[in-house]
Amino acid sequence: MTSTTLDPGAPTAGERDLTYSEAVREAIGQAMEADDRVFMLGEDIGVYGGAFGVSGDLFHRFGGERIRDTPISELGIVGAAVGAALAGMRPIVEIQFSDFTNQAMDQIVNQAAKIHYMLGGAASVPMVLRAPLGSGTGAAAQHSQSLEAWFAHVPGLKVVMPATPADAKGLLLSAIDDPNPVIFLEHKLLYRTSGPVPVEPLRVPLGRTAVHRRGADLTVVATGVMVSRALDAAAVLTDEGVDVSVLDPRTLTPLDDAPILEDVSRTGRALLVQEAPGHAGFTAEIAARITESPTLYRLLAPVRRLSGLDAPIPYAPQLERASVPQVDDIVDAALTLMKES
Amino acid sequence: MTSAPLADAGRARHALLTMWTIRRFEEAVDDLFARGLMHGTMHLSIGQEASATGACMALRSDDAITSTHRGHGHCIGKGADLTRMMAELLAKETGYCRGRGGSMHIADVATGNLGANGIVAGGIPIATGAALAYQLRGEDRVVACFFGDGAANEGAFHEAVNLAAIWKLPVVFICENNKYGMSFSTEKSMAVAHVADRASAYGIPGVTVDGNDVEAVHAAVADAVSRARSGAGPTLVENVTYRWKGHSKSDKNLYRTKEEIAEWRALDPIVRFEAVVQERGLLDEAAVQAVRDEAMQAMREAVRAANAAPDADPSDLLDAVFAPA
Repeated sequence: MTSTTLDPGAPTAGERDLTYSEAVREAIGQAMEADDRVFMLGEDIGVYGGAFGVSGDLFHRFGGERIRDTPISELGIVGAAVGAALAGMRPIVEIQFSDFTNQAMDQIVNQAAKIHYMLGGAASVPMVLRAPLGSGTGAAAQHSQSLEAWFAHVPGLKVVMPATPADAKGLLLSAIDDPNPVIFLEHKLLYRTSGPVPVEPLRVPLGRTAVHRRGADLTVVATGVMVSRALDAAAVLTDEGVDVSVLDPRTLTPLDDAPILEDVSRTGRALLVQEAPGHAGFTAEIAARITESPTLYRLLAPVRRLSGLDAPIPYAPQLERASVPQVDDIVDAALTLMKES
Repeated sequence: MTSAPLADAGRARHALLTMWTIRRFEEAVDDLFARGLMHGTMHLSIGQEASATGACMALRSDDAITSTHRGHGHCIGKGADLTRMMAELLAKETGYCRGRGGSMHIADVATGNLGANGIVAGGIPIATGAALAYQLRGEDRVVACFFGDGAANEGAFHEAVNLAAIWKLPVVFICENNKYGMSFSTEKSMAVAHVADRASAYGIPGVTVDGNDVEAVHAAVADAVSRARSGAGPTLVENVTYRWKGHSKSDKNLYRTKEEIAEWRALDPIVRFEAVVQERGLLDEAAVQAVRDEAMQAMREAVRAANAAPDADPSDLLDAVFAPA
């Protein structure tokens, strides 16, 4: 996989290349240095360094009290984070695979998401739940899902899907600052990608769509690992004479739709790309916002979604690849869309 | 036992007043429902007042509780304002949750009440997490976690008690075993005799007490609280009690007999404690009557003030979905 970061919003001074997982780790470390209330809990995040190596040396830097290894108890540890947040801490929970949030759904959906509202605003739950999502590792159906739309459908949860190392760091710092529960979904194929990341703990605000490139012909909106695939596809499409924009909302909740509507109004064509299954997926929300707005009248072709199959993620590598959009699929979909108008 | 019973007149009066206040509050709720003046649903703890009262009296004001769907007693025991509680149940803007929560979601963070909970066992991991916060900050505060016998069969109970045990967290798990999870009896739902028997599975002490004896509850919880505060970790206290009323307003009592309910009504924790305080000469009949009157008056004033308050306002329903940054 190539690592492509063309985020014009990212600062250029004081940067160096980090991997996505290093960027996440740096954000956690800087937040913990700045604020005693911040601590982390999760399975195998201590000496082991995390199932995907994200917590790394944090255990040695901050000790086992604040980098807290837990038993395999997703419901218990997410609930413990909710309680600690209610009692004034700023917990970060790592769930080893986002699929395992299913074990903790009561605490995420019934408790964390609703406490501030149910209590009439009298208490809040400032916590971050980090979890790797997505396919591409041969781990099959129970370790490869993209469940972001579930969380985005629950009022009270913020949902973040960083696509670059700089966004991973900046958005995680904002998520830790936020007084609400934030579901922070890291794509496991991105962990080893690298890109420029500011040294300073600079925040990337939640709810700000990134415009990775602007083109005249077609707007691609992509999330997670699909952002880099869309950028690779854009390079291929340039050779084919098609000039595309690539936008990444970065946070599904809150959703900054204005730049998307504006760009689609300009190009007249929208290709919405996600790894998750298409049926009732998050890009359907973006499609709806396009068609519910005056942008509808600017469309030169129907809105097109390109999604994962409506099927579990299979094991065999050729089956797994065929289940979610690849660069070639994005290129083909864009060319088809150009022919429709 | 490290704690004295509720042996002085002041504490005895406080215990009696708290139990009467819970009883009168819930009788008023029952009545308002029956007359169609209250909306939604509610779960009454009438008959269980000694559990909430004895346990909360073993706590400091800066200690915390988590509560359940059957939580009015815990809220009152921890010092909640009756008018704001009644206003919440009557769907008023001045209610604890501005009408967003209702009976099952009353919380009062200022008095250490981290919230009732509509999900069985939902509060148990949360209590554990609050205790973790206190431990991490080096504070000597304790969390009392109320839950029912039904919750003891949920996975959340097992996960949270295990976490609290391995980390020696300052939390007291208080199971109010009222014999039924809705209609399903503990004889059918557990293969152990007592919920407290499960404590040994987590390497913590477990104790079963007469939950209709406010002094027994207080003594057991006070021991557990001092153990928690000393850093020795959690205790599981099981208060065996009984709810006189149905699970909620849909309950037709098809799963238990009138005789069984009558047997437990004869063990009324309030009547029993009134007899104890008079036998010991802590309060005379006139003083006991004054407590009853005070509770009745407080309830009436709460209903009056709550009824006079403005209705919850639907004009800004989105304002509390997210906390402002």
